[in-house]
Amino acid sequence: MGRKVGIEVSIAAAEAVGLCDVDVVAAYPITPQTHVVEHLSELCASGELDAEFVPVESEHSAMSVCCGSSAAGARTFTATAAQGLALMSEIVFIASSMRLPMVMFLANRALSSPLSIWNDHSDTMMVRDSGWIQVFCENGQEVYDSIFHSFRVAEDPKVSLPVMINVDGFNLTHVIEPIEFWTKEMAQKYIPPFKPLYKLYPDKVVTMGAFGMPEIYAEAKMSQDQALWNSYPVIKQAWDELAALTGRKYSPVELYKTEEAETLILGMGTICETASLAVDKMREQGKKVGLVKLRLWRPLPVDDIKNAISGAKNLLVLDRAVSFGAANGPVTTEIQSIMYHEKERPNIYNVIAGLGGRDVTPEDIIKMLETALANKNQGYNIHGVRG
Amino acid sequence: MADTEKKKVIKPIKNFSMEEYISSGHRACQGCAEVLAVRHVLKAIGPDMIMAMATGCMEIISSPYPLTSWNIPWIHVAFENAAAVASGVESGLKALRRKGRIPNKDVTIVAMGGDGGTTDIGFQALSGMIERGHKVIYVCVDNEAYMNTGIQRSSSTPIGATTTTSPTGKLEPEGKSTWKKDMVAIAAAHGIPYTATACPTFFTDLQKKIQKAKEVNGPSYIHILSVCPTGWRVPPNKAIEYGQLAVDTGVFPLYEVENGAWKLNRKPKELKPVSDYFKGQGRYRHLDERFTQQIQDKVTERWNKLVELCSEKPEK
Repeated sequence: MGRKVGIEVSIAAAEAVGLCDVDVVAAYPITPQTHVVEHLSELCASGELDAEFVPVESEHSAMSVCCGSSAAGARTFTATAAQGLALMSEIVFIASSMRLPMVMFLANRALSSPLSIWNDHSDTMMVRDSGWIQVFCENGQEVYDSIFHSFRVAEDPKVSLPVMINVDGFNLTHVIEPIEFWTKEMAQKYIPPFKPLYKLYPDKVVTMGAFGMPEIYAEAKMSQDQALWNSYPVIKQAWDELAALTGRKYSPVELYKTEEAETLILGMGTICETASLAVDKMREQGKKVGLVKLRLWRPLPVDDIKNAISGAKNLLVLDRAVSFGAANGPVTTEIQSIMYHEKERPNIYNVIAGLGGRDVTPEDIIKMLETALANKNQGYNIHGVRG
Repeated sequence: MADTEKKKVIKPIKNFSMEEYISSGHRACQGCAEVLAVRHVLKAIGPDMIMAMATGCMEIISSPYPLTSWNIPWIHVAFENAAAVASGVESGLKALRRKGRIPNKDVTIVAMGGDGGTTDIGFQALSGMIERGHKVIYVCVDNEAYMNTGIQRSSSTPIGATTTTSPTGKLEPEGKSTWKKDMVAIAAAHGIPYTATACPTFFTDLQKKIQKAKEVNGPSYIHILSVCPTGWRVPPNKAIEYGQLAVDTGVFPLYEVENGAWKLNRKPKELKPVSDYFKGQGRYRHLDERFTQQIQDKVTERWNKLVELCSEKPEK
């Protein structure tokens, strides 16, 4: 077992990438992702990490370099946030469509305009349909463990897809937490060498990225969709093996004080830690409230969600992005869609909160829940916004 | 064959590869000099190569799934990022080679794009690739417009040429009114170890330059003028001829810049008038004498400057 250290989450994530024996890191600096790539470039410069650090001239090129290096059979990592993700988004879609495994650390940050360097989920929701495996993290240990898990899943020949680790900007990237480190031996045991089915090398002629006529495009998209769904058992198994190795158990949907809960709160990322404090307070008052944390966002763990929420009377879904002009926030829309055909389903309420770094406290969450249950509002509202 | 004239015996060229790395049966237009340029580039490098290609004519004619014309490992990701994808391939192989996971042998990495993918949308990625010093040969196959989408002007479209987005009109009688972007000078300004112009009409020169680029320890940039009969409105059987005229009129001189030293590779005793080159090209048919003369003056001026640059001895 590794040592436990107090460390900034971004630095710990970079250390984890180093332990994974990554071959290529390509990144462009953007707040609040910078500490991750700064530390990786230090590890490369000092020789502690034997990898190529490619200091690209834009995020578009960062993702393009990652596609090239992954196609060549190299273990590949990048990190970005908000506008950076927007700029590279063209290639983000291509990376998954070409089945190029890589890992991205996404320091979740609000999209411009107005310019904001602070946290929400509008950046990741923009690439919701990109075909990447997308996980959310609640604390530093989860971020650290997710790096190993993501490489393991991405490069599994049964998966061969890129993985995006969502880490709330500042709220998580810049905090110092106690994190239990892995050893090099643990990482080597957990992540087998990257052996892609096809790679660019002169010993075998391959054509990658051919264009699809109408006769083939739909089939290509169907197989891509199937690949993402088929990653689910691999993701679960890799989490099980991680538990055997570290003693820490992760699941696509995690529950907190949901026993006999009549009312549930569902969220993704660090807001879940805040919500857990709110649940503690309400439980103390004798209220039957519980928390459902959605860790795996794509592929959506449909059955896990159904199992977690179908018995409740009320469900408050916390969204951290606006889907402008839509019926609800992006997470709520999904939850409603999968519950529609269920005989037993909770009343689903939607609050959008924490946009652009607006602080959300446990008291806020209690208030959101009380307001939703009293007003039984349909549609969404943005919490705490001044009119 | 009705042609009973005695043909000249063509002597075999030294070191000319008989291997083909791009198969016939691709979907290029008749008389496409660009695919000819690609063929020579590949022959000059040989089998130990990987190519990253930008979206464009060459990509679209060669890779309709499930078919492919490529007998080399080849990747296409998007339009503006061939240089970045090639940077990634190069970096990946470098790390894997260092760690002993692939054989320790030289593999030439080539990035290729058309003039749109190079001089416009891929310009930044190219500049980044050169500045970072990746050992990649970047080849721009320049047919002087966005031919794949239907002949729209690029920043490599020459002055006076009409395209579907630089048409002649009452207010703009001259077609495209700005000069072509000087990519080799831009590459040279990066301090690149090797950069050159080439044209498939002069294919031995082209192959020699690619082989030179292959030996360079760092990035190289080769800008190849590729006559496009469809876009230039010339007969398909004239592509080779127009390539020669472009060079011999001084419109597209053949030269190279090696570690800062400029060298002319073909110096006609006397330049032919640019009107010889314009004649018969549909894209120039609107040019009047006055405008032709203006272009002639500028071509002469640029040629003289180039000759001067090429006669300078580089500082030791």
